[in-house]
Amino acid sequence: MTIDAILLMAVSMLVLWGGLGAAIVNIVRFKGPEPDASMRDL
Amino acid sequence: MTQVKAPIDRGRFSNKTVFIMAAIGSAVGLGNIWRFPYVAYEGGGGAFILPYLVALLVAGIPLLLLDYAIGHSQRGSAPLSFARLHRRLEFIGWWQVSICVVIALYYAAILAWSTQYIGFSFTQAWGDDPEAFLFGEFLQTEAGVVSLEFVPAVLIPMAIIWLVTIVIMALGVQKGVGATSVIFIPVLLIAFCALVVQALMLPGALDGLQSLFAPNWAALLDPAVWASAFGQIFFSLSVGFGIMITYASYVGRKIDMTGSAFVVGFANSGFELLAGIGVFSALGFLAQASGAAVADVVSAGIGLAFVAFPAIISQAPFGALLGVLFFASLVLAGFTSLVSILEVVISAVRDKLELGRVAASLAVTVPMAIVSILLFSTRSGVVVLDIADYFINRFGILLVALVAMVAVGWGLRRVPWFADHMSRFGSIRLGRWWVVLVTYITPVLIALILVQEAVTAITVPYEGYPAWMLGVFGWGAAGAALIAGVLLAIPKWKQTTPLEAPPHDEEVIR
Repeated sequence: MTIDAILLMAVSMLVLWGGLGAAIVNIVRFKGPEPDASMRDL
Repeated sequence: MTQVKAPIDRGRFSNKTVFIMAAIGSAVGLGNIWRFPYVAYEGGGGAFILPYLVALLVAGIPLLLLDYAIGHSQRGSAPLSFARLHRRLEFIGWWQVSICVVIALYYAAILAWSTQYIGFSFTQAWGDDPEAFLFGEFLQTEAGVVSLEFVPAVLIPMAIIWLVTIVIMALGVQKGVGATSVIFIPVLLIAFCALVVQALMLPGALDGLQSLFAPNWAALLDPAVWASAFGQIFFSLSVGFGIMITYASYVGRKIDMTGSAFVVGFANSGFELLAGIGVFSALGFLAQASGAAVADVVSAGIGLAFVAFPAIISQAPFGALLGVLFFASLVLAGFTSLVSILEVVISAVRDKLELGRVAASLAVTVPMAIVSILLFSTRSGVVVLDIADYFINRFGILLVALVAMVAVGWGLRRVPWFADHMSRFGSIRLGRWWVVLVTYITPVLIALILVQEAVTAITVPYEGYPAWMLGVFGWGAAGAALIAGVLLAIPKWKQTTPLEAPPHDEEVIR
């Protein structure tokens, strides 16, 4: 593989998988209120 | 907090993890595996990441947030949610439901083919010519005619898939739809990672990756490349046709919806990148093994899955394993998407007729299963499928998404209110940036893509099919969805169904 192809592959991974990681961290660390009770689909 | 008894029990996801998994299960479908790699390759290779990321952030996630906002605030299926926004907009919801009906009918056929190909991976039933096998021995295709002659090799797995689907849909939102995604999505991820690892170890894999990621910066000056990036995001993210409205209506009031949207959006795109790496590694091997250039073996859709991959499986070491992983991934990804598409229809029927879960599931899925099998397990099934898929994606999904955005953003001017609603319990505040994107920028971009697609469809007969077939199964299917939407919006709602959304602080007992 050429250098520019390797670079673009790394950038794509960083942006998309890194973005996913950041989004997960954000939602896990957010201390918003959760529903009082978990109601079932009866 | 006020608590009221809902007129019917609509069902509910037990927590945000189940909701996110279900939304990812809906978004990650066949298009992630067999469409994205080709679109990226054609759209400038490595340089495609730029328009793709812009499309994700400017259109994909903002539109996903709009769907979430409509469903989460109005607490109903697509028709009920739009009816609650304004009675005259109910037809948009039914239009989305009708589109889902069309898609579900042919989606089951592709899952049936994939299921059969899991078995074929062991026997390599396609021999030396996978294309001739697919259209000849397997599908027994008759070009240019409509045949009602059944193909048992398709009919039997289709019947099994519909049977399993009916059971899952009858189990309900949490135990059926939610549990399916919670189980299937991790399995899909593991299976596809194993496939990628195996593909990367094949000789020629790096040549494939070189073809996928070598940047063609000049492509960025081509408007068609930007249009294909936006098109790929729209088609793959399951936005604009009722799924995310329906799913968001099953989520508790205080769930972080904005943070969830970013997880779903990036998970969908992250899986597409993984698919691109796996698919192009395998195509690089095929090119080397057949002494051709990668450009000569690149394909998408049915050609990639059922022609190129069988050729790879025949020649690769441990090819049967590669085949099982690939076709099982298609089945898993496609099945969670099929479930989400059907949920749009079932939810709408439940809300309108106030039916119980099992009754609504059977009323929707049994007739659809019969029509699906009648249409797509025949010798002309693949042609009808190809035409319907092309037209309903463009002149169904894209068009209804545009109409919905214009109606909500320009007609009702509700987007700022949605921003406040979503920001109330969200980790990411939706400010003026989101209002501008959803009200002005995204609709204009979708309109431009639609015009381009319409010009192409009118001037170039799709795949050279006869005009009458394109008229009936293409334009006809897309037009019928719109007409069905208008007609289904005419009957009045039952008096026990409130046409006002529950207040902000109300947790409805389900």
